Amino acid sequence: MRIFKVIVAASLIILASSASVSGQCKAFAKKTCLPELGSYTHDGNYHAVVLSEGEEAELYKTFYSNMEYRLSICGEEALPPVEFIVYDANRNVLYSSRDDSFAGTWDFRLESSQQLRIHIKVGTASQPGTTPASGCVSIMFGFRIK
Amino acid sequence: MNKVSIIFSRISVWLIVSALLVASCKQGGKRSKDDGQATIPRDNAAFYDDIKKAEKIFYTLPSPLESAMLIKSAGAIFDDAILNPTENVRNYITNRSRALNLGIYTCDLSFASLYDQTQLIIDYMSAAKSMADGLGILDAVADEDITKLEENIHDTETIMDIVSQTYLNSNSYLEDNGQPAIAAIVLTGGWIEGLYIGTQLIDMKNFENNELVVRIIDQKLSVDILLNLLESNSGHPVVDELILQVGKIKRVFDKITLTTTPVKAEYDQPSNMTVLKSEVKSDLTLEVFKELSAIVAEIRNSFIK
Repeated sequence: MRIFKVIVAASLIILASSASVSGQCKAFAKKTCLPELGSYTHDGNYHAVVLSEGEEAELYKTFYSNMEYRLSICGEEALPPVEFIVYDANRNVLYSSRDDSFAGTWDFRLESSQQLRIHIKVGTASQPGTTPASGCVSIMFGFRIK
Repeated sequence: MNKVSIIFSRISVWLIVSALLVASCKQGGKRSKDDGQATIPRDNAAFYDDIKKAEKIFYTLPSPLESAMLIKSAGAIFDDAILNPTENVRNYITNRSRALNLGIYTCDLSFASLYDQTQLIIDYMSAAKSMADGLGILDAVADEDITKLEENIHDTETIMDIVSQTYLNSNSYLEDNGQPAIAAIVLTGGWIEGLYIGTQLIDMKNFENNELVVRIIDQKLSVDILLNLLESNSGHPVVDELILQVGKIKRVFDKITLTTTPVKAEYDQPSNMTVLKSEVKSDLTLEVFKELSAIVAEIRNSFIK
């Protein structure tokens, strides 16, 4: 009977901590990343994930002509700088935040609608043998009519 | 083992499985190399080749707010007769219909918001809230949001913020609570409704050089993204059904050829932003448009039944 109690307690802890991490990312996205959109209207989509140093994420989205966009990418303070690269459908680099002092936002507009890929990579700063830092990374888009 | 122990052990097993499932879902949806279950060929398969290394892949569709903005900016005239009547709310008692119609009502709400349709804004916000509540999405639309909406009913910017927050709350709740398949169904409902409204509002006498027609053609770029999103959640019976239905739309879009010149990124000093320069040509015919419009209407009308 005692073992069951231990298992139940452990399971509840896992469930509670998982929910807490997710809630933490949503709160981080809303509190830190959303204001970075400034005068642009947030599209309402939610993209946030817990990443560790050196880990990567990808995002695929169609962007439309005659609209102005702001892309905002935020990483929690514990993380090293988060780099992002924007590619077109032919894998050509259109923008790299590394060449822009690791800027967290990028404003752009398109002459014709395009499907773009955004590649996000968390940098590495930890010394070998230490636990890599991890934290929430959020990607948000704002738009406005040109 | 007595009866209490048996019940306790069953609860324990259920909790362990739930905890492991939830914990694994929260890992950011990590995918292995063999995880892709593409069943419908993509136009630009090479574009998706690099995804294997990523810890998390996001397939993003135009949100209902963005779709409504695209339709309005193309000069379309508002017509409430094409929206899903809010009286239909009572018909939606399954998770499938609630999820699809959460997307549909949010799109209708966005559309009404951009055209300052005050009473419809309140009605569609209530309909979206009803769908979200039925799905167990906590606080997607709080009572304070409805009050704020009523107090700012003539302030389009505030309304758009509330609509955007509502959509964010629903998506984040579903993603964060291990229900990405339901989130994908909501997104599909919203995308189909935007496409339906767009196709219904085309003035057939003014088909050539119609900005709204261009916006419809643009959706060819999103149909692959939608299929990828659905296929990353395949195995869920509703998602599997949607893959087949969206596949029908893709087959019509495949009849349209888009030719794009290479994209050139140039920084524009006066506007302080990058301009992605390129030209695109398409060969959409009236016949293909009618086919697309019919298949979209058929699928959308099956969703709102």
